[in-house]
Amino acid sequence: MSVLEIRDLHVSVGEGNDAKEILRGVDLTVRSGETHAIMGPNGSGKSTLAYSIAGHPKYTITGGTVTLDGEDVLAMTVDERARAGLFLAMQYPVEVPGVSVSNFLRTAATAIRGEAPKLRTWVKDVKSEMSGLEMDPAFAERNVNEGFSGGEKKRHEILQMRLLKPRIAILDETDSGLDVDALRVVSEGVNRSREDSDVGVLLITHYTRILRYIKPDFVHVFVNGKVVDEGGRELADKLEDEGYAAYVADSKETAKA
Amino acid sequence: MSAPDNTLASELFAPGVGAQAGPPTTPADGTGVAPGAHSHGGPAPTGSPAERFTSTDPDAFGVPTGREETWRFTPMKRMRALLDGAPSDARLTWTTDLPEGVELTSVPAGHPLLEGLPEPADRLAALTRARSNGATVLRVAKEAQLDRPVTLGLAGTGSDEVVWGQLVVEVGAFAKATVVLDHSGLAKYSGGVSVLVGDGAQVTLVSVQDWAPGAVHGGQYDAVVGRDATFKQVVVTLGGDLVRLVSNVQYAGPGGSVDLFGVYFADETQHQEHRLWVDHAVPNCRSNVLYKGALQGEDARTVWIGDVRIRPTATGTETYELNRNLVLTDGARADSVPNLEIETGEIVGAGHASATGRFDDEQLFYLCSRGIDAETARRLVVRGFFADVVQLIGLPALQDRLMGTIEARLGALPGLEDQPVEVA
Repeated sequence: MSVLEIRDLHVSVGEGNDAKEILRGVDLTVRSGETHAIMGPNGSGKSTLAYSIAGHPKYTITGGTVTLDGEDVLAMTVDERARAGLFLAMQYPVEVPGVSVSNFLRTAATAIRGEAPKLRTWVKDVKSEMSGLEMDPAFAERNVNEGFSGGEKKRHEILQMRLLKPRIAILDETDSGLDVDALRVVSEGVNRSREDSDVGVLLITHYTRILRYIKPDFVHVFVNGKVVDEGGRELADKLEDEGYAAYVADSKETAKA
Repeated sequence: MSAPDNTLASELFAPGVGAQAGPPTTPADGTGVAPGAHSHGGPAPTGSPAERFTSTDPDAFGVPTGREETWRFTPMKRMRALLDGAPSDARLTWTTDLPEGVELTSVPAGHPLLEGLPEPADRLAALTRARSNGATVLRVAKEAQLDRPVTLGLAGTGSDEVVWGQLVVEVGAFAKATVVLDHSGLAKYSGGVSVLVGDGAQVTLVSVQDWAPGAVHGGQYDAVVGRDATFKQVVVTLGGDLVRLVSNVQYAGPGGSVDLFGVYFADETQHQEHRLWVDHAVPNCRSNVLYKGALQGEDARTVWIGDVRIRPTATGTETYELNRNLVLTDGARADSVPNLEIETGEIVGAGHASATGRFDDEQLFYLCSRGIDAETARRLVVRGFFADVVQLIGLPALQDRLMGTIEARLGALPGLEDQPVEVA
């Protein structure tokens, strides 16, 4: 049983006079086995939240806390966070020329587990997960994300989630740029993890489309750097019908006031 | 000049093809500065680029100041001891492994074999030829199939005196041979290496520069590739303070195929310079160049110059060259200058590419976000970057050793663990 707790998190980008506050006091708790959807318009700070939890150096934490089972996540290096059980499926995964997918996956698994996985079972696991995500086996010999299509990148992210078995997984706009088939394959991968482990999921999305495949337990509406509304699955349906207009108008009025 | 009369050409190459199939030379002008080797600069009434100046007389080149095209990237101060050209009897310590079918001997100055070699293309190469007082000759009998590579371990002894050395590798027709020159230790060394690849022969020359810190190495490698012969050169430059290697290729007959591969890894204050010159003057030959370099640390410096010329007579030529550089830290600089001169349209293909990239914070973040620590991440990237060239050597034991050396160098980066991603 794991708990990711985010309390009054403030985050800015830029230095000195150029510094701009993006997150303005985020409160959120994700427990094992729960799936939380964070929904919000473009520019609301959803991705900043994801990258701040993962420890991207571009973002400066100016206030608040993030803990995983009571441990101070913000004091950890990026790799320590991953080894503590956090995983971020990125919206724009980076190309790493010269490093093959298979070498990368095995190195990552070795780092996360603290020992090299046994070769025979490892190869079997990778093959079976790749086939579950409808990925060609030849994929393993390609360089990480190099020349991957949008769909291939996202499948590769979820493949990592399957193999690294995180305690808390943050999926940053994993649905963006996917056609219906790819969306289904990727969602099924996430659902397998929800079924065969007690992973807690923080699903960040702009659209409700992916929520038809991955049913959230909680929905949070994120506007202007903070959570402005919370509810169950029905809140997503409301957003589907009405969009973010009501929340965005609210926040503008608040800003004027 | 006419092709010199010597027995070598008739032994190695088809009748009527001289070893000196390359460009005719142009006399030095009054200032002693070599005429421009590039197309730009200097009158060229024929529409063809100026010929590259070559000579066996060091003084014909004048003393370079560092402003010349061929020297402008080189730190002249650190090169000075070599360019001063003081005679010396100092030698490297040789450790040899000679398989059957190989003969290691020497010839005195003035021997016809030396007269037939491609001429030096800069002052240092001319000095090397003159000061070496003859040459060491490695002969591989025609049609010999060596059961293992020839290894020449050349170790510096730490002497302050410049070591001059000229090696001729002469491989008979249809022979198959791999020769490894393994440089180590501390030396100021200027070495000429001429490789005469007989008709139909297959030759691999590996030159490893695994020098101790402080070593200076200047070298000119000349390959003359016979009809339907194959020549592969792999240059691996890791150690030393300054390494400057010039590799020239010319074809003695049609159907020759050449691969020039290289990897280099420059650390703090190291200067590594690789200059290539492939002269396509006969039809239906092929050349392929792949050089990859990584740099880390303050004032790490690499230079790669890749000149390829396809003369009007070289129809059916196929050539490609690629240089990639990976800058691992701030304060390092990689220069990359590919240059392709095409004087006939009747070719199979010609191209070049050059790219210099950084191992950037985003790549580091991505790998670290999967639990991989920063040092391992860097190793992973550099290992992958180099491995595809190193494996082209084809000698697993040597490949493992070189990859080990490269990884050890990466591990030596100070304080990596203390500064994982706070680079911004």
